[in-house]
Amino acid sequence: MSEPVAQSPLAECHLAAGARMIPFAGWNLPVQFSGLLQEHQATRQAAGLFDISHMGQIRATGPGILACLEGLLANDPAKLTEGEGHYSFLPNEHGGVIDDLFLYRLGPEEFFLVVNASRHREMQDVLKKKEGPGARFVGSPGSTVGMALQGPKAAAVLAKIMPAGSTLPERNRIVRVKLEGGDALVARTGYTGEDGFEIFTDLKTGPKIWSRLLEAGKPAGLLPCGLGARDSLRLEAGLPLNGQDLSYEITPVEAGMGFFIDIQRPRSFPGRSTLENQKKNGSPRATIGLVSEPGQAPPRHGYPVFHDGKKIGEITSGLPSPTLGYGIALALVGSPAPALGQPLEFEVRGRRVPAKVSKRKFLQNR
Amino acid sequence: MNTPEDLHYAKTHEWVRLEKDHGTVGITDHAQTELSDVVFVDLPKPGRKVNAGDVIATVESVKAASDIYAPIAGEVTEANTALSADPGLINREPYAQGWLFRLKPASAATDHLLSASQYAATLKK
Repeated sequence: MSEPVAQSPLAECHLAAGARMIPFAGWNLPVQFSGLLQEHQATRQAAGLFDISHMGQIRATGPGILACLEGLLANDPAKLTEGEGHYSFLPNEHGGVIDDLFLYRLGPEEFFLVVNASRHREMQDVLKKKEGPGARFVGSPGSTVGMALQGPKAAAVLAKIMPAGSTLPERNRIVRVKLEGGDALVARTGYTGEDGFEIFTDLKTGPKIWSRLLEAGKPAGLLPCGLGARDSLRLEAGLPLNGQDLSYEITPVEAGMGFFIDIQRPRSFPGRSTLENQKKNGSPRATIGLVSEPGQAPPRHGYPVFHDGKKIGEITSGLPSPTLGYGIALALVGSPAPALGQPLEFEVRGRRVPAKVSKRKFLQNR
Repeated sequence: MNTPEDLHYAKTHEWVRLEKDHGTVGITDHAQTELSDVVFVDLPKPGRKVNAGDVIATVESVKAASDIYAPIAGEVTEANTALSADPGLINREPYAQGWLFRLKPASAATDHLLSASQYAATLKK
């Protein structure tokens, strides 16, 4: 990719903390601080703090905003009450995914979208076409800071820096708060399978909140975490990554995320007929969980998957799970997919490695 | 970064220690730092013949699988089987217990390899 690389607004904090930075979706971001395994464990056992400033933050307002979003997104925005958020998709005409996103309702005529860095520009282009007196969209790459505070101790750490008398939001809810003198949105959401929060704020306030959280969380074992741990944590929780497990060619139903498509509502959205049909009658392909045994070569993106000696599909995301100690993967296979527990093989460097079908949520009770 | 004087280095971050009748191969301190925690290693079987520059092993961290290239030509005589139970040896002792394999060199040529100071200089770029 020849796209220019932008520094995260938190880059100075990261470099001071000894982070290793890599280019990702046009951004220079920390891939790791103290080490992926340590960071992964800290998030599962205490708390981890992630820079998600690369993710697009888009404010959507106006008297016609609800109708506009209803006509674009696969989950029904009208279901959201003020202060509530849900996972959704911007599908293309074929039911494939332009982006998966989180949509929050901040008011009767105000919504907030958090989108992937790699699709931010495209999302803006789609929204611009719908813009008018009734619907306005604000939020360009590089104009905001985002961070995710995740882990069983996340709530206790965040409580330390919340204003007196304020309360933390419930799961999937969002609140406006003053943090370190600036305006922030705090949502109880995340991408790790743990309890946790995502904090969205401006360029000036962001670095202050980041430093304050690192300090407040230190006694609890909080560590700053990079993209490496973010990927291993999300995969253990069975959460898809757009561009791998979802794409222009892979529908949410095929990715196992059909739950987040609302086909009960009257208004149409792109790809609706395909998605509705797949939800009712099944999709040509399905995403399964795959686990290998300890000591075997780990499954990786792009490796072919076999059942009964025949190729049935490919791994979309895979890695050796730090928590479980064996390989875990999501694989997109032809329907009907082999049942839970069925033996599989995947091919690594010309060799077949035994595996079996598992649930996509690899860590239970999360 | 630690780069012992008595080793020969490849630009691709492998080292080889040449002794009487065999060479021991591993990856450098710099390489293990870049890879971060190694969790799996694919090693060559004894008897395999390789040319310098051939992919001969794979070292995997949680994040990625990385190819390891043979720094010299020869025939593999031994793989470090201790690594399958404890791949972290590569991170903890890259120049000692974390060695990958031994081979019988096909020739005594090391002109294509770097000295410790030459290798260290490539890391500064």
